[in-house]
Amino acid sequence: MSVPEKQLDRRWLFALTILVVGLPLLLRLESTQREVSQMVTNVYEAIDNLPEGSLVLLPFDYDPSAEGELQPMADVFVRHCAERKHKLIFLTIWPQGVGMIQRATNLLQQEYPEYRYGIDFVNLGYRPGYEVVINTVINDLPSLYDADQVGTPVRQIPLMRGVENIRNIPLIINVSSGDPGLKQWIQYAATPYESINIVAGTTGVQASTLYPYIPHQMIGMLPSLKSAAEYEQRLLKKYPHIGERESVTNTAQLRMMSQDAAHVMLIAFIVISNLIFLLRRRGERAV
Amino acid sequence: MNSTAKTTLLILMTAAGLAFLTWRATSYNAGRVYVKETPVPILEGPNAGQIADYTTTRIPETIVEAENGRLSWSRTLGVWIAAALTLCILSFLFGDNVFYKLAEAIFVGVSAAYAMVVAFWTAMMGLLVSRLTPELARDSFNPSLSGDRDWWMLVPLVMGIMLLWRLAPVGGWIARWPLAFFIAVFAGFRLVAHFHADFVVQIRSAIVPLIVYAADGSFNWKQSLTNTTMVFGTLSCLTYFFFSVEHTGMVGRISRVGIYCLMIAFGTGFALTAMSRYSLLIGRLEFLLREWLRL
Repeated sequence: MSVPEKQLDRRWLFALTILVVGLPLLLRLESTQREVSQMVTNVYEAIDNLPEGSLVLLPFDYDPSAEGELQPMADVFVRHCAERKHKLIFLTIWPQGVGMIQRATNLLQQEYPEYRYGIDFVNLGYRPGYEVVINTVINDLPSLYDADQVGTPVRQIPLMRGVENIRNIPLIINVSSGDPGLKQWIQYAATPYESINIVAGTTGVQASTLYPYIPHQMIGMLPSLKSAAEYEQRLLKKYPHIGERESVTNTAQLRMMSQDAAHVMLIAFIVISNLIFLLRRRGERAV
Repeated sequence: MNSTAKTTLLILMTAAGLAFLTWRATSYNAGRVYVKETPVPILEGPNAGQIADYTTTRIPETIVEAENGRLSWSRTLGVWIAAALTLCILSFLFGDNVFYKLAEAIFVGVSAAYAMVVAFWTAMMGLLVSRLTPELARDSFNPSLSGDRDWWMLVPLVMGIMLLWRLAPVGGWIARWPLAFFIAVFAGFRLVAHFHADFVVQIRSAIVPLIVYAADGSFNWKQSLTNTTMVFGTLSCLTYFFFSVEHTGMVGRISRVGIYCLMIAFGTGFALTAMSRYSLLIGRLEFLLREWLRL
């Protein structure tokens, strides 16, 4: 059997992709319960095992272009920290990261109204300088962050009193979509100072270059939407009241159903393409 | 499909889309954003407890009355603009067109302008002007600024002026000095960090026992297999890139294994990238279906 040479208009594939990805979202299909991987467990436990009310630094080094993948991770990290009543310090080394921090603080104000600005969380905003910012806050945070995002001097913010550098902060939770980001936090903070512990959420694109840092230079990371869904699943299992809130719609698990559908479609495309290729080659040999 | 049929199809699709949008916008409040004002009290000082400012927080439509919220026209407009631009970008899948070009130009322009404004207010005004002339900064744009004048900030100011000197008709060589300084500082700064994090510690991380026993003394086959694969995979990849010896016999076979390891690594990277790109599409579709159309 030979397959005739005929090009399929690729727009049909685009249409099929949008249909396959969009339908689960439209029908609100939630992905099935999945086994939580060891890596996700390590990240989860790093946050959960901290004593209640610990100081946590959250550098959000991403922008809206990575929102689809990283926002579910940022949301679960913030919710988890708030459930554990950790004190949160937000900052970013990306100019567009300011808006991403705003989303997190909005979530806190909406879902955890007991969280007070300046006492339970603070937004230090953006500072230019890429990795130099990291190197500075390791040694002397107020020299660079002398005021928060809206200009309040850090000396007047109760949460920031006594925070001279980040070396004594028990955990850094970095959400990163590229350079500068997680790699620089590992290079300039976690590697030279063993007291600094890092967990992270990253895009799949850069994940494969970051695996070698685990476990000696980083506790663990959520390398994709799948990991975010696993994390969310575990978080909701321990804190089921989170899922009962109006604003919480299990974003990562809902998005993962579309991701699963896309994977099945991709595998089908690969199998069909290879079959066509083999049939064509057999046809050519027969001639 | 000929051009007339294509145009007709496009017009029909646009008309159907507009009709659907009008129906959703009028019947289901599509794209509407509701907010509430949250007071920000003064934490310390003689005015402690008084309201200093209000922050606007987004709330779901169902709790607008209970939370004394209101419709935010500016944010609603923002959602509609974001949805229109998303559709403009997605229209490229059908073919290059003026809507895609428009959205692309807006995206590039807004991104560059935003980065410039943020850099101006944080670096130029926030770090340089605020520290060199704190009185001026207090009087003009940051009334709560504290701290004294920092004369060290003259150094970056002078170096910045020297950098811009290349735009002057004469004395362009002056720009080379700060440039050389920045390159040298960053090279030294990065060299140490890369050498430590990506070389020394990575070697240490690769030195692991091939046979691992669990705490109770039993053989941990899973960790043993992981460590063995990691060590032999690393060594075989290094062998592949070792060109001082001809890749024949045992060396050739090991380097062949190295190629397979590299291919698996590249395949993993490609799969993660594909997954990542789908996540972005899912994010956009979720925005269109939920936040905008409320489906």
